[in-house]
Amino acid sequence: MSGLAIVLMLFGLGLIAWLSGRARAAQLERVTPAAAVRPHSRPQYHGWYVALWTILPALAFLSVWSALSPGLAVQAVLADPAAASLPDNEFVRSAIIGEARQLATGQIAQGFNPQSAALVEPFRTAISRYSTIGVVIALILAFAGAAWSFTRLKRDFRARTRVERVVMLLLLAASLVAILTTFGIVFSLLFESIRFFDRVPVTDFLFGTHWSPVSGNEDPDLFGAIPLFWGTILIGAVIAMIVAIPLGLMTAIYLTQYAPARVRSWLKPTIEVLAGVPTVVYGFFAALTVGPALRSLADALGIAGASSDSALAAGLVMGIMIIPLVSSMADDSIAAVPSAMRDGSLALGATPSETIRKVLIPAALPGVMGGVLLAVSRAVGETMIVVMAAGQSANLTGNPFSSVTTVTVQIVKLMTGDQEFESAKTLAAFALGLVLFIVTLMLNIVALRIVKRFRESYE
Amino acid sequence: MTTEPNTAPKMTARGVNVFYGDKQAIDDVSIDVYRDHVTAFIGPSGCGKSTFLRTLNRMNDTVAGARVTGDIRLDGEDIYAPEMDVVQLRARVGMVFQKPNPFPKSIFDNVAYGPKIHGLATSKSELEGIVESALTRAGLWGEVKDRLQDSGTALSGGQQQRLCIARAIAVDPETVLMDEPCSALDPIATAKIEELIHELRGRYAIVIVTHNMQQAARVSQRTAFFHLGKIVEYGATTDIFTNPREERTKDYITGRYG
Repeated sequence: MSGLAIVLMLFGLGLIAWLSGRARAAQLERVTPAAAVRPHSRPQYHGWYVALWTILPALAFLSVWSALSPGLAVQAVLADPAAASLPDNEFVRSAIIGEARQLATGQIAQGFNPQSAALVEPFRTAISRYSTIGVVIALILAFAGAAWSFTRLKRDFRARTRVERVVMLLLLAASLVAILTTFGIVFSLLFESIRFFDRVPVTDFLFGTHWSPVSGNEDPDLFGAIPLFWGTILIGAVIAMIVAIPLGLMTAIYLTQYAPARVRSWLKPTIEVLAGVPTVVYGFFAALTVGPALRSLADALGIAGASSDSALAAGLVMGIMIIPLVSSMADDSIAAVPSAMRDGSLALGATPSETIRKVLIPAALPGVMGGVLLAVSRAVGETMIVVMAAGQSANLTGNPFSSVTTVTVQIVKLMTGDQEFESAKTLAAFALGLVLFIVTLMLNIVALRIVKRFRESYE
Repeated sequence: MTTEPNTAPKMTARGVNVFYGDKQAIDDVSIDVYRDHVTAFIGPSGCGKSTFLRTLNRMNDTVAGARVTGDIRLDGEDIYAPEMDVVQLRARVGMVFQKPNPFPKSIFDNVAYGPKIHGLATSKSELEGIVESALTRAGLWGEVKDRLQDSGTALSGGQQQRLCIARAIAVDPETVLMDEPCSALDPIATAKIEELIHELRGRYAIVIVTHNMQQAARVSQRTAFFHLGKIVEYGATTDIFTNPREERTKDYITGRYG
């Protein structure tokens, strides 16, 4: 019986359980005269109670079983006399067993290893045996759960409380999925990074100033990531912020303090739409329009080393992309400053701009700072614009007209095309990813803390 | 205490109407406010007393959709005239709000805020002098003189409200408008503010909005009773409270409605 069929069957049983539980509760309600106290829970909660007891234990068992049974099947096959002739070499053995499994389940038609053919039959038996055992146990659990919960139904049984608790637990589980997945990502990054750091010392990676990884070469001197960090900071934290902070802040000030309701009602959504433009579109703009224009400008100014892939082109466009983020965070923080502050200042004879500069901005500053940090974190992790417009050469330069590269660009470069997972070159991508993850995580934590503390102070 | 003023009024209002969109909040209000007197506006909630108060320093300008018609003069000068600079007007007509609203700055900076933006002090010591005298007049100097750099928001509610009064008088206004200044305060803090109003009387024309009739009786010399956007009765406080001319005033004073 396939996995899908058994799950569907469980839900069918659940439906029957729901109907019978509800019917039972309705019957209990009728048996006792109306003069008695009203039952604690409505009949459908009794139905849900029985249905949950029917489905959940069986489903939980099936998910555990589906993780365990392949291992058990392999064990059974190894115990078979046909497996006695398997070679001792661990690698060859597991290759043959894997092949036998694929033959047994029909994923491949012909084995590469002749020995695997002998194991197909034992494998088939083992798999079907364990699958039958799983189905039988799941059904037993479903019936047992249904029977046990059904006998518990009484007139004053508090089914509603229990069902609500299960609902709460399900919602909790759903919200943990994202967090657990993140942990999984971190661990996989961590393990691959550790393998990288076995080959290249952490200090050489973090503080080395020369970056040119080559396949098959594990010389630590080639893996100095400082030029990447510098490129990332130059584009994401310096140039993009020089554009985004003033423009975003001024946008927010105009929207909250000056814009008439009519203007605000179309300007604010329009700016927010900018945040939804795919970054690859910004990338085109940066690479095809801004980059060449800046190079002509640099040539006209006589600046040496100008390239059409430049830090400035990527940074400027990224700054434009970040404006909506900064302005909406700043907008929120300025709007969160109580209007009593503004009135207090205006009533003292301050002009609107004095009020903004001396009262609103200082009061909103923590929130604005939080928004800026979130923006930096976004800019540092941004990939598409820099891939398309910043270039690939790992230059350690302060000249914004020259080509630089960033952490994200190098990850893309290392992870695309031919790759060997054992080489330091590919593993370096994980180490870069880990650094990027840690930095943006820190930025986000600090930013959210600042924003939160600021919110509390006015509530 | 004189009950009839013998000086020219500090502010006059003639036929003032205020509209919020289509809704009329104030209907044909005329009143004189005198420099030597504390004038109280009383009346049930929503009667327009705070709205009218806010026309006196044009704070209604900040409310979207608000429109004021009629004639309001400060020392004979039309404050709604196009050439009137609202920034200067508000420096001359200060305001204290219902809820204490100190800026999230130090006590010193709260008081120094107004004098700084109006350039009232040319040196740091002069500024310190202004701050000290404003805090002294607001009865707060003794309590805060050792912690002027603490945040104004860390003070108690009553102290915050006196800080706001100090902030308002630091720019040396001619008139101080107070919009239910004690409604968020406990009785002891309220008593201190009332005492302070007594001390400030004569130096500034004071207009206070209150829904506490005992407070109006205690602190004011003249009282206007507002009802449904109109002034029902305006006169010496003693007359309003002991011998009201209007039946509605009497009903309100004796607590029969409102």
